Amino acid sequence: MRLSRRRLLGSLLAAGTAAALAPARAQGAGPLTRPIASTGGALPLVGLGSWITFNVGDDPVARDACAEVMGAFFAAGGRLIDSSPMYGSSQEVIGYGLAKLGRPPALFSATKVWTSSASEGPEQVEDAQRLWGVPRFDLLQVHNLVAWEAHLETLMAMKAAGRLGHVGVTTSHGRRHAELERIMAAHPVDFVQVTYNAADREVERRILPLAAERGIAVIANRPFRGGDLTQEFAGRPLPGWAAEIGCTGWAQAFLKFIVSHPAVTCAIPATTRVDHVRENMAAASGPMPDAALRARMAADIAA
Amino acid sequence: MPTWMSYSLSDLLLFSPRTYYRLFELMNAALWPAHVPLLAAALAVAVLALAGHRRAGRGAAALLAAAWAWTAVDFLGIRYAAVNWAAPWFAGAFLAQAALLAWQGLFRDRLQPAPGGRAGTALYLAAVLLMPLAAPLSGRLWTQAEPFGLAPDPTAAATLGLLAAARAPWSLWIVPLLWCAVSGATLRTMEAPDFWVLPTIGLLALALRLRRHPV
Repeated sequence: MRLSRRRLLGSLLAAGTAAALAPARAQGAGPLTRPIASTGGALPLVGLGSWITFNVGDDPVARDACAEVMGAFFAAGGRLIDSSPMYGSSQEVIGYGLAKLGRPPALFSATKVWTSSASEGPEQVEDAQRLWGVPRFDLLQVHNLVAWEAHLETLMAMKAAGRLGHVGVTTSHGRRHAELERIMAAHPVDFVQVTYNAADREVERRILPLAAERGIAVIANRPFRGGDLTQEFAGRPLPGWAAEIGCTGWAQAFLKFIVSHPAVTCAIPATTRVDHVRENMAAASGPMPDAALRARMAADIAA
Repeated sequence: MPTWMSYSLSDLLLFSPRTYYRLFELMNAALWPAHVPLLAAALAVAVLALAGHRRAGRGAAALLAAAWAWTAVDFLGIRYAAVNWAAPWFAGAFLAQAALLAWQGLFRDRLQPAPGGRAGTALYLAAVLLMPLAAPLSGRLWTQAEPFGLAPDPTAAATLGLLAAARAPWSLWIVPLLWCAVSGATLRTMEAPDFWVLPTIGLLALALRLRRHPV
């Protein structure tokens, strides 16, 4: 049965139980997934970001290391890889990794349009397709709302012509939320991407409820606050609640906090390490915190 | 508050320190043994300058112009540009500096060793001989050393040393001093322990120049 996001959330609110918040398990023993309401697809709760980590230029050793990370990501059931023309050589490095891995069919390719020139948008998308080696993207997003009116028009036309799977807009670091809200209310976007983690929770007030109401999928970026959270908590003992939700490390706790919000579709941690990508993907399975535990987690992490 | 004011330098850093220093490692492996004749030429310029030789100015200008041009094309224009989309702009500035050095120093002979310029020459020698040691001293691999004439930081530092030791137009100071600020800020954002070295050399060179002949 295809379950729309709106209907799902409606039933959740009615039930009001923590158990009902649990996302769906993909076929087999893969990670838990959440639906993309507008098109009926589904995505694992954890994806893969590429900011900084995949911008390794022409370094052959580092490129192979990135390909290994991608290989481990797909092996653990991962699908969504997110990038941007702003991220230096990241798209090229992703393309290298995909070719080396034999173009995994599970890939959900997500990148962005990042140019202040409206006319350069289509050209940038073609470049990105060439760099990734994909015939079309599953998701194209307007990066940080740059020239969003023009790019949104271009992307919507591409989607209507069947040359694109989904359309989205992004912000980060909590910027321009009022403008994002207006776009979400007035345009039929499939995805929004925002910064959300246990320390940056501004989106809980308006953006996430609006996304749930409008059936817009949500990608949470900067899940570790650019590495600050994992660094700050490294070496600190895990609180008792970590075992309750099957977390073996802080990174998993941070991720479970994010993806257990019912309006979040997936979080996109970036990493250069195979052991970390496996640990991150493991956060997309097992028990998830209920609302009461989420409140305790947020209090402990903010303390 | 405008949106751009909410960005910090760390939000704009596109690459990891590991990636940045690997650029030098790969560059050194690709260009070795060009380091040897380059070092010999750099030391020859120092000898000419210390001896007050009449060709010291043109010799220094030729070496520095070549160093800025090479660094612009190879390191900034190709290697750094692969991970930083701002690098082509830096390469343009370095090429402009190379052209300015060639014009003022080679054609107009306006890079003349000045009396009392020994401290500046010492700064030049420190940039050529000691700055490459910053990598091993900061806990990085010695294969990631940044040599004068191939990497931007020691090239800018050595130039500032020679400018401090010379009578030269102020226009030659602009790009090297700007690079001190850009590179210092980048390294500071990368939390490099030696981020202060290049800006300090820039300030020292400026102080030496002003002490000798205030504006």
